[in-house]
Amino acid sequence: MERRTAMAKFSLDQVNDMYFDVLKEIGNIGAGNATTAISNMLNLRVNMDVPKVEFMTIQELPTAISAEEETVVGIYLEVESDIGGSMMFLLKMGSAQYLVNHLMGRPDDYAEEFNEMDLSALKEIGNIISGSYLSALSTMTNMVITSSVPYLAIDMAGAILSVPAIQFGQYGDNALLIQTEFGDDVKIQGFFILMPDVESYDKILTSLGVAL
Amino acid sequence: MATIKVGMADLNICKAPDMITTLGLGSCIGIAIYDPVTKIGGLAHIMLPDSKQMRNNSNIAKFADTGIEELVRRMVRAGANKGRMVSKIAGGAKMFEVKGVSGIGNVGERNAVASRAKLKQLGIPLIAEDTGLNYGRTVELYPETGDFYIKAVGKTKKII
Repeated sequence: MERRTAMAKFSLDQVNDMYFDVLKEIGNIGAGNATTAISNMLNLRVNMDVPKVEFMTIQELPTAISAEEETVVGIYLEVESDIGGSMMFLLKMGSAQYLVNHLMGRPDDYAEEFNEMDLSALKEIGNIISGSYLSALSTMTNMVITSSVPYLAIDMAGAILSVPAIQFGQYGDNALLIQTEFGDDVKIQGFFILMPDVESYDKILTSLGVAL
Repeated sequence: MATIKVGMADLNICKAPDMITTLGLGSCIGIAIYDPVTKIGGLAHIMLPDSKQMRNNSNIAKFADTGIEELVRRMVRAGANKGRMVSKIAGGAKMFEVKGVSGIGNVGERNAVASRAKLKQLGIPLIAEDTGLNYGRTVELYPETGDFYIKAVGKTKKII
């Protein structure tokens, strides 16, 4: 196979079906890992639906999970080692509250503002879920992938999603989002966004044998 | 009174009594320009500082340099006078406390710097701003008065 030079070749604007399937598979395995981790952490039986990979313009990203001004939870990690870039996991407020309540042993309808303990619990949840996706990516690509400590923001969806929109916006006009729904009685809606830097797209795809 | 909504990497203009708004600015910048005599106002929601650093720069509303130029051009075409225009900006937050100054960490700051520079180059005074820090903002420009409203989660609405 012709050696592909990094940079320039890849643009999400010319995303193909195979890359789509690869991401879906990462979404699938990652969500599976996350489901197991959450089940163990919360001591709950948790099921998961098949994740949906959505391809959209960056302009559509701020409204992809809710209205722009709705408050959501965003957890951001930098991705390091064999590939570089970042990833984000987003939870709707209701889902975040539900997970925190369970972890802290509170009733489901508790809805006070998050305290410091709750925020570290959320970070930990984000860490576990993100780690689940990254380990799926690592297994599939046979690459070493590590991540930074998680950074947390609770703010308007539009403002939080401006971060991945800007990241994708540097390479093109499109973005990819993996939507996962898991839960038993209550559905947890989570959204996962992987943002490899432009050199890393090539590494990921090459290691998976995907031709652009 | 109509409300004109501007999306991300988008811009538009309006005339009093109409109002123009953009929702949930994070690291992006909302650049509001108005002409107090004709009461024509414009708002751009830019994402990145410089179109010249990008290979893919076809969407001019995405960048501070080309976005502000286009906004002024559209306002002039609608009858505004460039010599009377004044501006206010908001946004450019650092949404996540990521360490280090490279990459995404300081893009908000770089957006603010580029916006100020472009306005200065065009000779449009920047009379007020609410930028930086770590939270999202919704902005509304009322060209009737030039009031620029800023709303954020858990904070009282302010006017600059």
